[in-house]
Amino acid sequence: MDYKELGLKVGLEIHQQLNTKRKLFCDCPTILRTDDPLDTIERRLRPTPSEIGEVDVAALKEYMRGKTYIYQYYDTNCLVELDEEPPHLVSEEAKIIGVEVSLLLNSNIIEEIQVMRKTVLDGSNTSAFQRTMLISTDGYIETKQGPVSILTVCLEEDAARLISQDDTTKTFRLDRLGIPLVEIATGPDISNPEQAKEAAYILGQILRATGKVKRGLGTIRQDLNVSIREGGRVELKGVQKLDMIPLWVEREVERQIALVEIKKELNKRGSEKDLEFKIIEVTDIFNNTSSKIIASSIKKNGGVYATKLKNFKGILGKDIQKGRRFGTELADHVKTYGLSGLFHIDELPNYGITSDEVNKVRAKLKIAELDSFVIVAGKEDICKKALEEVFERCKKAFLEVPNETRDALEDGNSKYSRPLPGRARMYPETDIPPFTIDSELIRNIKENLPETFDEKVNKFIDKYGLKKDEAERIVYESPELFEKVISSLDIKSTIFIKALDLSKNLEREEGYVTDDQTLYLLFEKVSKGIIAKEGIEEVLKRVSKGEDIEIVLSDFSSDNNSADVEFAIEKIILEKKDFILEKGDRAISPLMGLCMKEFRGKVDGSLINKILKEKIDEILKSS
Amino acid sequence: MEPEVGDIVTLRKGNTSYEGIVIPSPKKDSIIIKLSNGYNIGFRKDSVEIINMEKKQKPKIFSEVKFEKRKDLPEISLISTGGTIASRVDYETGGVRWLMKPEEIFFMAPELSDIATFRNISSPFQIASESMTFECYKILAKESAKELNSGSKGVIITHGTDTLHYTSAALSFMLQNLSKPVCLVGAQRSPDRGSFDGSMNLICASYVAGHSDIGESVIVMHGEMSDTYCNVLRGTKVRKMHSTRRDTFRPINTSTLAKVFMNGKIERFSDYRKRNDDNEVYPDIEMEERTAIIKAYPNFNPEILDYYIDKGYKGLVIEASALGHVPTDTINEKFSWVDSIKRAREQDIIIVFATQCLFGRVDPFVYSNGRIMEEMGVIYAEDMLPETAYLKLSWILGHTNEYFEVKRNMLDNMSGEINYRIKGDKNGL
Repeated sequence: MDYKELGLKVGLEIHQQLNTKRKLFCDCPTILRTDDPLDTIERRLRPTPSEIGEVDVAALKEYMRGKTYIYQYYDTNCLVELDEEPPHLVSEEAKIIGVEVSLLLNSNIIEEIQVMRKTVLDGSNTSAFQRTMLISTDGYIETKQGPVSILTVCLEEDAARLISQDDTTKTFRLDRLGIPLVEIATGPDISNPEQAKEAAYILGQILRATGKVKRGLGTIRQDLNVSIREGGRVELKGVQKLDMIPLWVEREVERQIALVEIKKELNKRGSEKDLEFKIIEVTDIFNNTSSKIIASSIKKNGGVYATKLKNFKGILGKDIQKGRRFGTELADHVKTYGLSGLFHIDELPNYGITSDEVNKVRAKLKIAELDSFVIVAGKEDICKKALEEVFERCKKAFLEVPNETRDALEDGNSKYSRPLPGRARMYPETDIPPFTIDSELIRNIKENLPETFDEKVNKFIDKYGLKKDEAERIVYESPELFEKVISSLDIKSTIFIKALDLSKNLEREEGYVTDDQTLYLLFEKVSKGIIAKEGIEEVLKRVSKGEDIEIVLSDFSSDNNSADVEFAIEKIILEKKDFILEKGDRAISPLMGLCMKEFRGKVDGSLINKILKEKIDEILKSS
Repeated sequence: MEPEVGDIVTLRKGNTSYEGIVIPSPKKDSIIIKLSNGYNIGFRKDSVEIINMEKKQKPKIFSEVKFEKRKDLPEISLISTGGTIASRVDYETGGVRWLMKPEEIFFMAPELSDIATFRNISSPFQIASESMTFECYKILAKESAKELNSGSKGVIITHGTDTLHYTSAALSFMLQNLSKPVCLVGAQRSPDRGSFDGSMNLICASYVAGHSDIGESVIVMHGEMSDTYCNVLRGTKVRKMHSTRRDTFRPINTSTLAKVFMNGKIERFSDYRKRNDDNEVYPDIEMEERTAIIKAYPNFNPEILDYYIDKGYKGLVIEASALGHVPTDTINEKFSWVDSIKRAREQDIIIVFATQCLFGRVDPFVYSNGRIMEEMGVIYAEDMLPETAYLKLSWILGHTNEYFEVKRNMLDNMSGEINYRIKGDKNGL
């Protein structure tokens, strides 16, 4: 694809959690909890007057019937997170990291910083606003394909974690609320998919260079803003994997191109003014249907409703992303109303709907050659709202690629989530006075900026004799721990990397992030020979299942008595005596396997090998 | 030319320029602008150069609110006096100001129009509650009586929370023959936010004022940190016990009168004076102003007492320690209160002891220093809160100075301020 020709513009927004001692606006630790909460509180949130402009009492009352929010809290929370105490002053540590990141991004620090309240009404903040502050503006980073501008660097509080929700209630956990985040927004000057990945990678490296950011799943969140000249602005949320960024961009470009083509085709056929919104109940046609979805809806006292889409024949069946059709896109909208989806003419008859039923619907809706229809099933008011949204979306198909927020999917595609939010209302946090960052402090931070990624990689190659890819890996993942381990313990870099691989696997498979403290304790035991390198995996697995590291480690140490080892090997040898006599020296390798299994990594392999050899020799000699 | 608030300016600092709307700055030598992304940022005036300036933006005007009077709902009245609950934030500047019109209260809880009809909404003054004086209580008593006697089923008074319990106690004594609800309501969170607690407090208070069978001066505020129910608390036995929590108002030496829920359900918890809509309330507003609360504490120099005596004070409420003790057997005699209390009594100054523990009762007979005080004529105020005792004493002294008359009245349980039977509560005090 010729991205220049298409006028592709990509911008990145990165949210990175900071590994500070306390939260941004209170003195609680920045740790997430997996155990049961201490207790919960229940709250209701209401829109504040000017948000709705004119006071329409009826509308407001409707809103008041909204959700109940339950907040789980722990002994690691205080009244600030419960919105029962004003915020404390901004964490000094977080301020310093904010300045450090700003300077690494060549941004200009704001002279007088004002904490702002950004209105948030989804329940993720107990106060119903998020506190945020602009630290610096107008920076840049260099990529291989030219500079990318940094519009803003902000410091803000993370939101509470959504644990569960249903029609009436949303449950959040307050452990995450208030963890400091650095938010970096680039300009829309990234011009191709690879550059987007590179920029994200470089920003990640810069953040990690500070050594003060959290690591692991969910600690960094990236959003992609993508648009092409003839398309619309789309914000892709939940972009977690760096390697996937180019694919997400490509697929979004593909989608926008397809939508532009649909627009051209539709305009050839007619105009959006030909569309007439009319909902027709077709429940009677489906009274004896073999479509499970429709039948179960009718059973629950729901109905079946259809609307005609003039000139849409074939459009809903058009691919807009690999494996996603325009109809899928409309179904995403319907699903936001809690319906299971929709049926459209281009896919029918199918899914238990017969051609007879299709023809009856065609007749009832007076479908002409170039027309299409969609069917939804469920409660009448919900179906009406959903069909109205489908209709509005189809009208837009004549005019534009809508600006919207989409959720990034695992396969590189994305699905509709909501319209692009309007600009959030922001007003000053009156409980915290504006502050300036001391110029002496800025100078000090400037003089002591951390080494860049490349500098550090080169240093690690020289100093520790690492290969380039090993050094890159270690510098990206865990440079501080590596230096600490190498300088104080007898651990080879290959073992360090092996442990890193194992902990990464656990993170991917179990969602468990091994902390540095655990790894260090483990390396200490390996270094002293108490745990063999073969035991690393077992230790990490058990810790990831919730066992205490100290207990796991002591478990390993307890039966590592060389007399015990010798005894256990002797037992195996006696059992396999015939086998040894038969195979001679060649018996050692299968027996080694047996022994290793027996000790499950608690004993060093070379020690087992040595004892085993001696014992086998003894038997062979004595026979 | 100096830029004014509302002007759109472009500022240059070094190589960077910033465009935004000028916002009021608390500091004279700095300028704050709002950027188009919503953030406010500030500069020292001498560190930036103004390179462009455009005309002032029209100031935003708050939208009007209209409310419909429904005939099928009970008529109640609302008196607004200031405080967090009656403040609004100007979202452009972040400045906080009082409501301009009491009707603006409907912005905060539009549901009110389905609960009661507001026959009159008035605002005799708008001040922070720490700035209240006896004069304010008199106005509120007269205003409440006027509303209740002309047909209102109840009165809601919106008020800052800091001294809400002083006002509720004052009205408990001033409103003689009260048999309709007077509900004092405040907020602990500001109304700019979606988590504003005042809406629920107002809604619950409207149910109490319009629909309950309570006939007392009460505080209606959050019962717990959750937005689940409000407590209805007797005006003489309630205190602000937390500087910031929503459920700051707690019943002391008693239980809550009732719990009120958002759907209007009212659960009764203890005895209270019952509503009688036929009764006329009489505002008896005479107060003695030369009264004070003085706290006893280690190393207190009784010179402080002498000051009040010399200034002609008529009555003092002493927040004495625990059972009602003040220093009598100090190593250095100058710290003993005995002589000063004696002098005060000789000049017919009424001395009342209430406990600084708040929870529990005073008793002069357990230790000898209590007896010394009792013999000098100090009045021991049972389990009365010091703040309640202070307002009660001021009110009584507004009517009589005669010692035995004052003592009899102080110890007479006029408005539920004394509880002779404090129950054991294993969950708290």
